[in-house]
Amino acid sequence: MTATADHEVGRARTRKEDARLVTGQTSWTDNIMLPGLAQVAFLRSPHAHARITSVNLDAARTAPGVIAVFAGADVAAEQGSLPCAWPVTEDIVIPNHPPMAVETVRYAGEIVAAVVARDRYAAADALELIDVEYEPLPPVLDMPAALEPGSPKVHAEGNKSYTWSLANGDLDAAFADAPVVIERTYRQQRLIPEAMEPRAVVVAPVADEFTMWSSTQIPHVLKVMLALVTGIPEHKLRVIAPDVGGGFGSKLQVTAEEVLALILARRLGRPVKWTESRTEGNAAVHHGRDQIQKIRIAADADGTLRGLDVDLLADMGAYLMIVTPGVPLLGAFMFNAIYKMAAYRFNCTGVFTTKTPTDAYRGAGRPEATYAIEHIMDDLAFHLGLDPLEVRERNWIKHEEFPYTTISGLTYDTGNYEAATALAKDLFQYEELRKEQSERNAASAQVRLGLGVSTYTEMCGLAPSRVLGSLRYAAGGWEHAAIRMLPTGMVEVITGSSAHGQGHETAWSQIVADELGVPFEDVRVLHGDTAISHKGMDTYGSRSLVVGGTALVSACGKVREKARVIAAAMMEVAPTDLEWADGRWAVRGDPDQGKTIGEIAFATFAAHDLPDGVEPSLDCDATIDPDNFSYPHGTHLCAVEVDTETGWVKIRSYVAVDDIGNVINPLIVDGQLHGGIVQGIAQALFEEAAYDDSGNLVTASLADYLIPSAADVPSFTLARTQTPSTLNPLGVKGVGEAGTIASTPAVVNAIVDALRPFGVTDVAMPCTPERVWRAINNALPSPGETPPLQPPAQNQVDGGGAA
Amino acid sequence: MKITLTIDGVRYDDDVEPRLLLVHYLREHAGRTGTPIGCDTSNCGACTVLLNGKSVKSCSVLAVQADGASVTTIQGLAAGNGSGEDGWHPLQKAFHEEHGLQCGYCTPGMILAAVDLLNENPNPTEEQVRDGLEGNLCRCTGYQNIVRAVLKAAGSTTGAGVQA
Ligand code: FES
Ligand code: FES
Repeated sequence: MTATADHEVGRARTRKEDARLVTGQTSWTDNIMLPGLAQVAFLRSPHAHARITSVNLDAARTAPGVIAVFAGADVAAEQGSLPCAWPVTEDIVIPNHPPMAVETVRYAGEIVAAVVARDRYAAADALELIDVEYEPLPPVLDMPAALEPGSPKVHAEGNKSYTWSLANGDLDAAFADAPVVIERTYRQQRLIPEAMEPRAVVVAPVADEFTMWSSTQIPHVLKVMLALVTGIPEHKLRVIAPDVGGGFGSKLQVTAEEVLALILARRLGRPVKWTESRTEGNAAVHHGRDQIQKIRIAADADGTLRGLDVDLLADMGAYLMIVTPGVPLLGAFMFNAIYKMAAYRFNCTGVFTTKTPTDAYRGAGRPEATYAIEHIMDDLAFHLGLDPLEVRERNWIKHEEFPYTTISGLTYDTGNYEAATALAKDLFQYEELRKEQSERNAASAQVRLGLGVSTYTEMCGLAPSRVLGSLRYAAGGWEHAAIRMLPTGMVEVITGSSAHGQGHETAWSQIVADELGVPFEDVRVLHGDTAISHKGMDTYGSRSLVVGGTALVSACGKVREKARVIAAAMMEVAPTDLEWADGRWAVRGDPDQGKTIGEIAFATFAAHDLPDGVEPSLDCDATIDPDNFSYPHGTHLCAVEVDTETGWVKIRSYVAVDDIGNVINPLIVDGQLHGGIVQGIAQALFEEAAYDDSGNLVTASLADYLIPSAADVPSFTLARTQTPSTLNPLGVKGVGEAGTIASTPAVVNAIVDALRPFGVTDVAMPCTPERVWRAINNALPSPGETPPLQPPAQNQVDGGGAA
Repeated sequence: MKITLTIDGVRYDDDVEPRLLLVHYLREHAGRTGTPIGCDTSNCGACTVLLNGKSVKSCSVLAVQADGASVTTIQGLAAGNGSGEDGWHPLQKAFHEEHGLQCGYCTPGMILAAVDLLNENPNPTEEQVRDGLEGNLCRCTGYQNIVRAVLKAAGSTTGAGVQA
């Protein structure tokens, strides 16, 4: 057995996960077949708001292949209420949330009945035979109107869930006599996460024990919550997240379908499966964003920020799900972004509407905040006649000022906004593009050029448990890892992180290979099964590497220390005579004498000659609670061409320079950025969950909800600066959400930048050709001679390479 | 209705309901679960297979329409049993090498659509690849590495965009 001398960390390793994924050997939840497995289908409310007056299940119950049919009343006694783990204020309204509606439905898509049948076709047929009568109630669709005293109520307690505030510094003083005050209202449209794998759940009961397979990001959290909701003792539950086809926050949830599948399996004493259709999912998977952001900044005449005032309305939808009310709070700490200022005030009111509940969606609170501050910084620059990068530089934290405690109270450990911006400008050819822009403007060209800037930061590594506690979150933010050393020197790694596309099996192997001096190939990473990985806080909030990776490093350190004592005995020297060098314990001054972890592992297996009192095992585990968040940052620059006659927007080039600290695997990092950037572009240009006046979701399928295809987006130019985090031993900061956070404002700022000569100050997202066209024509002083309105249906974006 | 078809080189004789979708036949009757389902409106392409060598969305074909046909799924693309990289199809290799997948849910469909695309046009440009894969949605990768993988498999040396 030889130790690896070369570092694994930092290598562009191709992924271990791929072998099963490219050959179709993947275990998606819907693939699972069990003897006697019955199929569940759910009937969902077609009304946004209605009282259920009668449910007739008779015809469905006698349909061929049907095993059982249930309405809300049948499960009311045992179904409990879906959990909200983040009661953000003491007086927050958390309405009862039955997994299956019993008396009232509050959004179109809410479950009203369940069929269990022999197969999915029989179940679907039987759904058609269920007769539910409703007495329609008025929908509540508009947040400001919902807060008016006379508004119809979503819940008896009213339409306000909470108001949460944060303030620091003297805001009145900052705004009094400020030479510049800019006030804007931005709209974060409602989005649908659209992980490509629809949700699915299988429950197998054996006696009084239950195994659940679910397409979830959070098997560990889910297990605890299922125990609390259903009363099934936690040790009788096992939750497995097999291969999971993307999440983006949408599978960070304890869902009605999971709870009901468990209850139905318990009732029937047989295994059940539920698989979501996409159309069902568009209405029933939690949505993201949906905020109205009132933002006000005060600045000096040179653009120096004095104060920032933010007032949000956040649409909760019809119920509070696991972290629904907390999502805007994650943004509260990010509105001030990379900028220094003397005063800040943040207010957020959570509002109930009769729409699908909202919750975490890639970025969760931080994209919203970043969009608003980056947009208004551009507005400030335009107002002062400054370049958008110039006004940012006048306000950002200089690299020599770190660590820096921001106005919202976070302490950023490191950063170098100057370096990232300089590199991005260079790659983008910023000055040349500015020149071309002025030439086009001077020539009143039909196709204008716009340059969009986004100098984002974010908080990753959720989260220090103390901070979560102070924000009234119910759980902690630690993570767990364990190392099992096998007799042949192979290593099994148990992680509490729960990957669903991130590539943990590969990245964790690289880390362990370096930490234990074993070959990359000799490491196997196990995750996503609570019977194997008994402890964990799972994967979301760009936390896995930052927190889970730290736990891993800690566990490896413990293994090494245990191994040291045994190695010393094997070589008949004192443990203090050994040093860890080149991936093994070697005798100081006599490097030829050494033992690899594999050799030591075999010695513990044989256990013939272990020193007294030393256990025959190298296995170790570690649970780590972070002290702080981590703070990736970067500069994204986007160039768009806007056809002012048609409103068509084409992304011409896009440069992203990100500083995510040390990089474990550049291949994975670039992939996260590509995907993240496209998801942010999708918000800027394409996507919106739209409701009609009666509260029906209009964008019910992928035919109406337009997620970008390969033809809709360009390639990106990526580069990195590297300022290691000082907050964890790996020096990493997290990358899962950076692209999404950064790109939305970069694209919209570019569009607005192109249209400033027309007097345009904003285009509401998604910036469809119609909206762009209207923005131009509404802003024009004399819109009398506008061409007939025939905007194309969807924006096209250049598919050409960036460079 | 009685059907006979070949799936990944194996012959199946079966009696199926006329309304049964090919994708459900593959997954639930033939046990070929390598082909996933991503939507119910034929928009996502996750279910793409080769039907007599041409890519089709198997959720938009009835099992009975595949009577007499030969179906290749992602599980039948590699030579041998697919367990070793050596037998992988060049597109399987290229997706792996170029990191053209993350969660992998779109991957079977993406690879089979690309097989067809390269059969039709062995030397596509980046734009042709992007247009050719328009019917296959991926939520993870942002497509850049998928495009790169297809160009690589095509033997193209241009590459998609710029690397980090
Ligand atoms: S499952 Fe066939 S196209 Fe989506
Ligand atoms: S890799 Fe996840 S959808 Fe494409």
